[in-house]
Amino acid sequence: MTTSIDSAPGTGPGGSESPVAASIVLNGERRAVESGLSVAELLHRLGLDSGMVVVERNRRILSRADLADTPVEDGDRFELVHFVGGG
Amino acid sequence: MGSATCGDSALVIADRPFESRLIVGTGKYRTNSEMFRAILASGAEMVTVAVRRVDLDRSKEEGILYHLDPAQFFLLPNTAGCYTAADAVRYARLGRAAGLNDWVKLEVIGDQRTLLPDTGATLEAARELVADGFQVLAYTNDDLITALRLEDAGCAAVMPLASPIGSGLGLVNPYYIREIKRRLAVPVIVDAGVGTASDACLTMEQGVDGVLMNTALADAENPVGMAGAMRLAVRAGREAYLAGRMAAREIAVPSSPASGMLE
Repeated sequence: MTTSIDSAPGTGPGGSESPVAASIVLNGERRAVESGLSVAELLHRLGLDSGMVVVERNRRILSRADLADTPVEDGDRFELVHFVGGG
Repeated sequence: MGSATCGDSALVIADRPFESRLIVGTGKYRTNSEMFRAILASGAEMVTVAVRRVDLDRSKEEGILYHLDPAQFFLLPNTAGCYTAADAVRYARLGRAAGLNDWVKLEVIGDQRTLLPDTGATLEAARELVADGFQVLAYTNDDLITALRLEDAGCAAVMPLASPIGSGLGLVNPYYIREIKRRLAVPVIVDAGVGTASDACLTMEQGVDGVLMNTALADAENPVGMAGAMRLAVRAGREAYLAGRMAAREIAVPSSPASGMLE
């Protein structure tokens, strides 16, 4: 199942036309996202605080400092994790 | 600390002192508020947390960092739920990437029914994580040989179980736990199986350095009340150990003088 992440208004080229999409897998779920995003922008669109989440991209952990410079590319597999209650 | 105590020192793991010898988990509480109040009542400084996927549909309120301040508590990420060394290493690295510390409660499970540890895989993961700069606190069973190997592997603490995780069966093998404590130089923390205050007290009376628990608090009818009881029990068990118990004998000895009785 593919769900689309809403792009910010007015960012698509040609006004209402939706931008080219990249197909990625987020926490095991396939999603279409606007191409050209950075990982930091992806987190922002998901409503996630990058200070609270750890990102693994294609089995490599991204440092917080790299989030803004790392592009989201077609076929990327992301794991977004955080701390929850546990023993 | 009153004068009628044995002057206990702090629990020191990897050069870091902890005033409390009770470590608590954060799982299975009915509410986050109840969890927070129970942790406060327990007096614990170190609390364990798990690494899991963010729920993308429910957004951000569920993360434990919204409820626990890392400046107030020392958060110890665990590798709970991992069944292979590779998975445990992966989870440990994700936990470290959160940026709080480079410690991990290493747990590699070998069996779903008992949640007993896969000691071979635990050793393998411990070696890899130590080489990668982690302070490894390794959950293991009450087997001396595995405990010795984990110490040799460079673990900062070894954490044998009292009984299976979440069972509440208490300390099933005090002799093995005592022997592990006698033979290891690194701190021995008994992790899992404690059900109530007497279990915690009895465990600490064996001379171990600390106790880690979660379900005993979270599943109590009143977690905050039980947390307070556990705080006292761990303290009492430690004080009793330091004070040195009397020898047990299977015959009565009168406490009042035998002499001076009326004719």
